[in-house]
Amino acid sequence: MKRFFGFVKKEFQHIFRDKRTLLILFGLPIVMIILFGFVVSTEIRDVKVGIWDRSMDQASIRATQKIFSSGYFVPAGYIDHEEEIGELFRSGKARVVVVFEEGFERNLLREDRAAINLIADASDANTAQLSLTYLQGVLMTYFQSVNQDVEMPWSVNMKSRMFYNEEMKGVYMFIPGLMALILVLISALMTSVTIAREKEFGTMELLLASPLKPREIILGKVTPYVLLSFVNAMTIVLLGFLVFDVPVRGSLWLLMLICMLYITLALSLGVLISTNVKTQQMAMFISLLGLMLPSILLSGFIFPIENMPKVLQWFSAIMPPRWFIVIVKNIMLKGTGFAFIWKETLILLGMTIFFILAAVKRFKIRLN
Amino acid sequence: MDEREHIIEVKDMVKKFGSFTANDHLTFHVEKGEIFGFLGANGAGKTTAMRILCGLSYPTSGEIHVAGHDVYRERERIKRKIGYMSQKFSLYEDLTVSENIHLYAGIYGLRKKQIAAREDQLLERLGLTHVRNRLIREVPLGWKQKLAFSVAIFHQPAIVFLDEPTGGVDPITRRQFWEMIHDATEEGITVFVTTHYMDEAEYCDRVSIMVDGRIDALDTPAALKQQYESVNMNEVFLKLARS
Repeated sequence: MKRFFGFVKKEFQHIFRDKRTLLILFGLPIVMIILFGFVVSTEIRDVKVGIWDRSMDQASIRATQKIFSSGYFVPAGYIDHEEEIGELFRSGKARVVVVFEEGFERNLLREDRAAINLIADASDANTAQLSLTYLQGVLMTYFQSVNQDVEMPWSVNMKSRMFYNEEMKGVYMFIPGLMALILVLISALMTSVTIAREKEFGTMELLLASPLKPREIILGKVTPYVLLSFVNAMTIVLLGFLVFDVPVRGSLWLLMLICMLYITLALSLGVLISTNVKTQQMAMFISLLGLMLPSILLSGFIFPIENMPKVLQWFSAIMPPRWFIVIVKNIMLKGTGFAFIWKETLILLGMTIFFILAAVKRFKIRLN
Repeated sequence: MDEREHIIEVKDMVKKFGSFTANDHLTFHVEKGEIFGFLGANGAGKTTAMRILCGLSYPTSGEIHVAGHDVYRERERIKRKIGYMSQKFSLYEDLTVSENIHLYAGIYGLRKKQIAAREDQLLERLGLTHVRNRLIREVPLGWKQKLAFSVAIFHQPAIVFLDEPTGGVDPITRRQFWEMIHDATEEGITVFVTTHYMDEAEYCDRVSIMVDGRIDALDTPAALKQQYESVNMNEVFLKLARS
């Protein structure tokens, strides 16, 4: 045991003496959380809206006022020609143009129907989509409130609520996704690189020729990263809570346990990668390309899995982050207990065992 | 010579990688306390054989004993009794001289007090006390090599395996290094060394010369020179390689 601890101590020394490693270990998660939290957001704010009011009556002016008092939109000025729409978009002065038809109020009162045309600059599809949804919402609410005292043959009163994320905050999505990404990155990338480094410098030979058993060498190399990755996972949860008000509604213990499982999985992946490469560079390349990209693209972190082609959906099923994200969202946002996540947990456990066995097997083959 | 103990005993050792035979029925022994030179061109199979003796890889077949232990079944015991130095002088660049010594000594199960006493002694003998707390990366190559060797025999192994230990080092340092090897044999350590510098073969008690996976010659340097009518080992080697 003393031999083993001496070896683990040395691994910590490697980590704490290398500024690059430290930067990746502790700087990266914080920077990524802050960046994703503040920069990438699915909310809209201050969208510039141009108005083409062809009737300029009470109803259309009221509606315009409602749009700008909603807080999501700022006026980009009035126009009175169709050609000006294109100009506004091209110059970037407006993202959306609202067109009220001629005789808006008259049509509304006499024929019970009046048309508003919403035109968006869809060169940025996401913002366009979101802006239109918000605009429609604002206008619907307004006209419903106007219609309240008018006798109508029927009326449907629709109200929507966003459960688990009432304010539709983007960070709620990103915290679980980032945890999945950062833990894979640090655990798998760092371990594969550090083991590859021992091979590259020839120290692995010395260790293997020493009384240390192969499993002691691997465990010794991995132990510091288990601890540091765990610290990282908790830092992310804490940052999410303190800076972005992302709650942990379920059990924190359960969350920690799942994190440990996921870290173990990522570490065994790292070891598996390291048994297949000779250099640090190769290890880094495989980890980044083979793990990071799929974790971002196929895990449901950013793009919904349901919208992918069938083949990619199958691929996504073998991505560990996908299951981890589902579990973390359940625990953190929905506050569910183990009863609702046991299936995903079992999948992660199965994958972990598979990777460990594969890594051990590869390691033995390499020895002989 | 025959009454001396055979610390390494190899009979019919074969190592195959697929259809390629790296070691073709090697039979030899190493006597206790001698310097045994394992010579051959690159790719002749030296390193393969050495890795098997160190417990880094299993042989395909053959009967091999190192320090009295069987390489198939008693690897762990063998590993406790040997020291190993690779061609890369593998010390950790980002650890200090002292930390490297403590790490390896600890791995071989030495006690703290023991380590401290031997460390002082060692650094004083090498004249390296002043770099004790320097990182290995700041230490010149020649010193690194001497340190790597000292670390390999720090736990006083029965045998030390040196894999091309003098690569890239200047002639004076090489000379000093071989003096260190001699000193080690006086402490009773057997030295098994691979090299492709033929002049270094002269420092060995006995040398074996490998060509294409087989041992083509094995004797004292003097006997080999006589047998092949050569003035030095280089000539012996060239004659062997051409035949």
